Amino acid sequence: MTARTLEQSPVHHQGADVPPAGPGAGDGGSGGGGGILADPARLGLWLFLGTITMLFIGFTSAYIARRASAGWGGELTPPPLLWVNTLLLLASSVTVEGARRRLRRWQPGVAAWLGATGALGLLFVAGQVAVWRSLVARGVLLAASAHNSFFYLLTGLHVVHLLGALVWFLVVLAKARRLRYTPGQDGLGLFATFWHFLGGLWVYLFLLLFVF
Amino acid sequence: MATHAAHAEHAHAPQAFIWKYVFSKDHKVIGIQYYVTAMLMALVAGLLAMLIRVQLAWPEKDYTWLGKIFPMGYDVGGGFGVMRPEFYAMLFTMHGTIMVFFVLSTAPVSGFGNLLIPLQVGARDMAFPFLNGLSYWTFLPGCLVILASFFVESGAAAGGWTSYPPLSALKGAVPGSGTGQTMWIIGMVFFIASFTMGGLNFVTTILNLRTKGLSMFRLPLTMWAMFLVAILGLLAFPALVAACIMLVFDRHYGTSFFIPAQIALNNVPLLTQAGTPLHQGGSPLLWQHLFWFLGHPEVYILMLPALGFTSDILSTFSRRPIFGYKSMVLAMCGIGFLSFIVWGHHMFVSGMSPYLGMAFAVGTILIAVPSAVKVFNWLATLYRSRIRFTTPMLWAMGVISLFISGGLSGVWLAQAGPDIHLHDTMFVAAHFHLIMAGAALFGVFGATAYWFPKMFGRLMSEPLGKVHFWFTFITYYGTFFPMHYIGIAGHMRRIYDPYQYEFLKPLQPINELITMSALILGASQIIFFVNFFWSAFKGKKAGENPWEANGLEWTTQSPPPHGNWPGEIPEVHRWPYEYSNPDAPRDHVMQHEPAGAAAGH
Repeated sequence: MTARTLEQSPVHHQGADVPPAGPGAGDGGSGGGGGILADPARLGLWLFLGTITMLFIGFTSAYIARRASAGWGGELTPPPLLWVNTLLLLASSVTVEGARRRLRRWQPGVAAWLGATGALGLLFVAGQVAVWRSLVARGVLLAASAHNSFFYLLTGLHVVHLLGALVWFLVVLAKARRLRYTPGQDGLGLFATFWHFLGGLWVYLFLLLFVF
Repeated sequence: MATHAAHAEHAHAPQAFIWKYVFSKDHKVIGIQYYVTAMLMALVAGLLAMLIRVQLAWPEKDYTWLGKIFPMGYDVGGGFGVMRPEFYAMLFTMHGTIMVFFVLSTAPVSGFGNLLIPLQVGARDMAFPFLNGLSYWTFLPGCLVILASFFVESGAAAGGWTSYPPLSALKGAVPGSGTGQTMWIIGMVFFIASFTMGGLNFVTTILNLRTKGLSMFRLPLTMWAMFLVAILGLLAFPALVAACIMLVFDRHYGTSFFIPAQIALNNVPLLTQAGTPLHQGGSPLLWQHLFWFLGHPEVYILMLPALGFTSDILSTFSRRPIFGYKSMVLAMCGIGFLSFIVWGHHMFVSGMSPYLGMAFAVGTILIAVPSAVKVFNWLATLYRSRIRFTTPMLWAMGVISLFISGGLSGVWLAQAGPDIHLHDTMFVAAHFHLIMAGAALFGVFGATAYWFPKMFGRLMSEPLGKVHFWFTFITYYGTFFPMHYIGIAGHMRRIYDPYQYEFLKPLQPINELITMSALILGASQIIFFVNFFWSAFKGKKAGENPWEANGLEWTTQSPPPHGNWPGEIPEVHRWPYEYSNPDAPRDHVMQHEPAGAAAGH
């Protein structure tokens, strides 16, 4: 939901003939360019990524603090399927970048590369569900140890964020298929940023849960 | 060109009542919605405070009559009504929760922030109007969930507004730990989601949508406050979200984030069937760290808008440029930054390392420096000025008074030594009611009187406003100043009958004095509500700029139309504090007047 609204440009609210308020016009020459201060949607997205980052920093500090006390467990190792899922998600970052470049360079195939991104994202979610089910079948339960709890909690939250991104993906895909994006421009930039962020977040969580 | 723009705007303005006033995307309507909702929540939370005070003054009296109004709160068996202790715990929990989050974060930030940001930065609306409307309609369900929690079977949450585990983590700990606590968490999640959406809007609007000529250092200090508050909210609230998610897992899925192994419920240890502890290694302190990582920035989320309003109001009515504008900005940035590294001063008694405690204490005392800068600047602004004693000005000076008296006790509490004596006593309650609650509340009242024209196009009644101010000011001190003494004497917070302890019995007369003061304080707020509604419909028409102030919001109609300016958005040529410039023809030069105006042409 949030992601969708972030996409809407607020500039039309500025009224027909009124030029959009400059990025701090009079700031001493800093404005006027194409920086983040000229694009509310981009700034809004980055602020949103900042809050998500703080959310996971909060969990990280809890993780580190909790690891020091009893009942941690820690014998959980990454199931092989988790590596496959990781590759799927990383591949989806490549495909979204492919779609983005094709749009920017006026090349065909944007919708196909986007479709691949969504498919890989869905496969990742399905893979995560499969990982949880196989672990539960092996008797690795949520409340059995704190490490298990953090594993299910953090992977679950990541999937929730990814499902949110997939809702945004549906909007982006519909727009791409109806040719709403202007070729030569970076219309997919915001979505790609969010998607890459979730890929990076996953790699971070993987490292936190199993390496550090 | 201008008229064309105006027509385009009017064409965009929704006509149907439901889109214009209910599901509006207009920042002014959303601001008023937030404000009115918060003030109604304040009525509820204020009523809870009255019950708390009555109980503390006369716990031995017969409350059969109150038991008829609040059947869940009083035992009336045998013809003699006494308050249930768990009801008292619910009262202070919900009073704190509602006041901190749903009133004093909401009215100044979401209320006046939404109302003022586009008007003061010269924008047609917020950066993301739909998100803005959505944020209010996320906030309202939060309010409703919190209010509904009073009516569930075991009552509302009763673990304190800080919801420390194990009271909040074990469903059977106290009656309110069941459904009530669940609803507390749901309400908070709604609130935080709405505050985050607002924060994204605030920062983006202030950074991206400023009108031509309005550099960051020409912003009114209210805008700087809103900008910092939004950043604090965006960075601090996620910690509480993380904590709440873990709390839900502890409560419903048997995890051990916050629940230790050695824990008993009603004197029965919590064990599995095999006899091993049900929980292992959880730490209640972990919750406290996460909570206060939000909790301390949160008190500045309450305070900073009030400091911004005060600066703007003070400058207008002393007809003086604000003294030390850049130092004011830096002071607010400093307060905002320090607020992130001092959360441990809420936890001095938790057994932290003395070295860590020392670091938290030093950081906390450092906050006195930017705070003192602000007070110094305000006093220098007032010094030898010709003050216009309007209602907003009285409230602004009230904020300064409370900021000083509350800040001084803060320096005591910042140090681990005194704090260990004073922790969880009425001294702490006195301190934060003066500085955090009081200053924020007075700021809201001042801002209401000052910007009322931009809400409803009319002025609030000055006589009623002044009567309301003096009653509130005197009884506010009457309520919270004596609390310092009983706190030093050892009167603890959150106790429903202090006189079960012999050494607290002599304090009862002071508690009676406090309660009488508090009841008058509560009753005087009726004046405000009467003034508010009467003035909204029948008050004197305000005109564009009733206070002869300089900000951009005073260059448009009262109330401003959809799109804020009927014609083009004004350009800015100076800061908003150009008062009593000897070279200017008038005693004030507005932000949009070109350079010639100041030179006396």
